[in-house]
Amino acid sequence: MSEHVLPIKLYVTIWATLLCLTVITAAVAFVDLGPFNTIVALVIASVKALLVVLFFMHVKYTSEKMTKVVVVSAIFWLLTLLALSLADYTTRLLA
Amino acid sequence: MSASSDSPIAVESHSPALRHHFADMEQQKQAASLGMWLFLGTEIMFFGGMFCAYLIYRYWYFNEFAASSRTLDIWLGTINTAVLICSSLTVALAVRAAQTGKRKLTVILLLATLAFGLAFLGIKGVEWYNKFEEHHIPGASFHFEASVPQHPGVPINSQHAQIFFSLYFAMTGMHALHMIIGVGLFCVLTFYAWKGRYGPDYYTPLENAGLYWHFVDIVWIYLFPLLYLIDRKK
Repeated sequence: MSEHVLPIKLYVTIWATLLCLTVITAAVAFVDLGPFNTIVALVIASVKALLVVLFFMHVKYTSEKMTKVVVVSAIFWLLTLLALSLADYTTRLLA
Repeated sequence: MSASSDSPIAVESHSPALRHHFADMEQQKQAASLGMWLFLGTEIMFFGGMFCAYLIYRYWYFNEFAASSRTLDIWLGTINTAVLICSSLTVALAVRAAQTGKRKLTVILLLATLAFGLAFLGIKGVEWYNKFEEHHIPGASFHFEASVPQHPGVPINSQHAQIFFSLYFAMTGMHALHMIIGVGLFCVLTFYAWKGRYGPDYYTPLENAGLYWHFVDIVWIYLFPLLYLIDRKK
């Protein structure tokens, strides 16, 4: 098989990073950052999700280019759903 | 399989796992992987609908969402996040063990994954039971009183808090259902791995079940801050 076998050390490093980020996000929630609490929490969650997708799910190393197309378009459709819905609901009271 | 020698698809190294409509194992593996990713794309939209509803109601009823979020057990939530991350590691290592042909290690790592998955569901069950005891389950016996965060004495709207708990149970419930399906999948795969069906030539079912498990992990990675960490500051 041409598939990469990644070193165990890489998996363990990603795992440790994910655990650290989990502790950080829970701890930061108790600090008053105003509206930035939500932003920090979502940025940390997205970094964790990215690490899982790239390394645990092997998207960084896949030889199949279509996988990346599917991942990017799935995220694109999700963001379209969220952005257009919120553009409606958050501006209704402005009129 | 009986592919005749003059057939264009007949290749000399013919793995028993190769289906006749694929040219070789590599193509078969990539097709299965792509199909799995397309399925996960539909799963993103499935959970996306609930996330969208959550965002809209959170925007409208932020005070109620903040007050309700504070009643969730942040310790159990954090521990459960760590448990899921550990299970993702054991799945990734189990796939690697199959890639390198270590049958025993594959089975052990899959059993560890099952243990982590069941531990997550157990902790989730404790959390749900606590919510049941506190009458935080939406419905006739729902009862929730709190004041607006940072404004003691100003009561929140309990109907709006009920929407938070409806979303909480719908989202964690759907996530838990995915976990239960994953545990069932891995029970079957552990049995086949023990039988020696997977090795360096063929481990696609393990890889795809792993992708599913990691996806469910990612859903929780977003659920945790969105449900538990809305407003924790003193």
